[in-house]
Amino acid sequence: MSEAMTILWREWVFFRHRFFKITTAQIVTPILYLIAFGWGVGENLQMDGNQYMSYILPGVVSLTSMRSAFGAISMRVSVTRLHERSFESYLAAPIKIHWLAIGHILAGALRGLYSSVLILLVGIPFGVIYPVDLPFIIVCFVNGFMFAALGFFAAMMIDTHYDMNRFTSFVITPMAFLCGTFFSLKKLPWVMRQIIELLPLTHSTRLLRAIVLGGRIEMFSFLVMLAYATIFTLLSIRACYEEVV
Amino acid sequence: MIQIETLTKQYGEITAVNNLSLSIDAGRFFGLLGPNGAGKTTLIRMMVGLIGSDEGEVHIDGHLIHRDANAIKKRIGIVSQHMNLDKELSVFENMEFSGRMYGLSGKESRARAEEMIEFFGLQKHRAKICKKLSGGMKRKLMIAKALMHQPTVLFLDEPTVGVDAVARRDIWRLLKEINSSGTTILLTTHYMEEAHTLCDEIALMNTGKILQKDTPEGLISRLGQTAVESDSATKYFAEMSGAKQYAATLEELYTIRKTTLEDVFISMSEGATL
Repeated sequence: MSEAMTILWREWVFFRHRFFKITTAQIVTPILYLIAFGWGVGENLQMDGNQYMSYILPGVVSLTSMRSAFGAISMRVSVTRLHERSFESYLAAPIKIHWLAIGHILAGALRGLYSSVLILLVGIPFGVIYPVDLPFIIVCFVNGFMFAALGFFAAMMIDTHYDMNRFTSFVITPMAFLCGTFFSLKKLPWVMRQIIELLPLTHSTRLLRAIVLGGRIEMFSFLVMLAYATIFTLLSIRACYEEVV
Repeated sequence: MIQIETLTKQYGEITAVNNLSLSIDAGRFFGLLGPNGAGKTTLIRMMVGLIGSDEGEVHIDGHLIHRDANAIKKRIGIVSQHMNLDKELSVFENMEFSGRMYGLSGKESRARAEEMIEFFGLQKHRAKICKKLSGGMKRKLMIAKALMHQPTVLFLDEPTVGVDAVARRDIWRLLKEINSSGTTILLTTHYMEEAHTLCDEIALMNTGKILQKDTPEGLISRLGQTAVESDSATKYFAEMSGAKQYAATLEELYTIRKTTLEDVFISMSEGATL
């Protein structure tokens, strides 16, 4: 466990050094989404009985949390593995390898949570104010954890940085747009809807929207998130052990 | 003490390390020399637990690497040939992080980092972010990091590659001090002068095997203390008289000089039997 805390300590030091860069990078894209889709496209639009701006903000929170957690960890681990080659120094240290993976994933989850809070603050000038409660924080954290674990696993599997770009293009970006973040899935053809239901971001977006807009909170979606988080974490740990062949 | 018994590692059809046995006494400054692809890095990676072996065993201070990997890892420090520093952290933070990774508390890590900063003369650079350090400073920091947990054995895989001559000599001085304080050092390098200056025992390795193990002077003696170098060939002689006799038969320009460790290395790489 102390190994995971050491990784968290390192990520905290890094975060302190780059606080301004990290923070500004986290809010630029969401602000553009809110201006373009919230003010531009959706000014007079209602979605499932809500103002469009109120409707999309939970989606922007979930996708930003996903991008932030995934990006922070996949970038960090792939750079240390492939470019700096400092990941090997972790493996050479007397630590339990599963804590090495879990420490990074926790750091990514916290980064995702931080991004979520930022988006809520960004929403205020757009006239959207949500009360933040424990379920909201838990879902944001699990969402970040899930995608940090996916980022860790992807970073352990790739051979070049180009592979990571491809992974982001084919997996992360489609999820950002398709998983009910900007529109209701009811409008999609049945087959496509079923496919999108399998994706993890669909469930975190649905839960966050239900929490802030007062909808029905589906425990099934939360269980799906936990299942994905567990599977990605186990895959990450296995990939870490396989690095020491 | 390091004891290696019949160690073997294969990658497909290539045998990187071939039934290799070796022992290194505690407190030694031991050099491992060989051409590229000789199996040195694979051997070191097995010794430090980064890769497993197909056969054989490695014991360090009585611990078996397969069984007590973490106990061994606590006793060893590793300086990789790659600049594997955390580029986003400062010099002091890099050291503290390394200490924490090896089980020191935050307070212990900071105290030890202060000691290392003083020993390595890094006081002016302690707050610098690593990516802004010169190559020589980075190498010093890598060695300092590897010593944070006070290992009994230090593995140096080409620790001065890319470092200028002045900084290299500074690092040699520090390494000698570290060794004289009782730390066993295992060095691989392509700089023969470095091996000759630092090591009190050297193993020559090729095709996954140790070909010879001796002191630097012992290895040179096996080849011949005196070299006669001409455009067409370099010949080695045990006595100066033999060298002069041979040189007199040459019809081209020649040089008579002392045999160096580099001559030993080249001869071994070309397949000569010492």
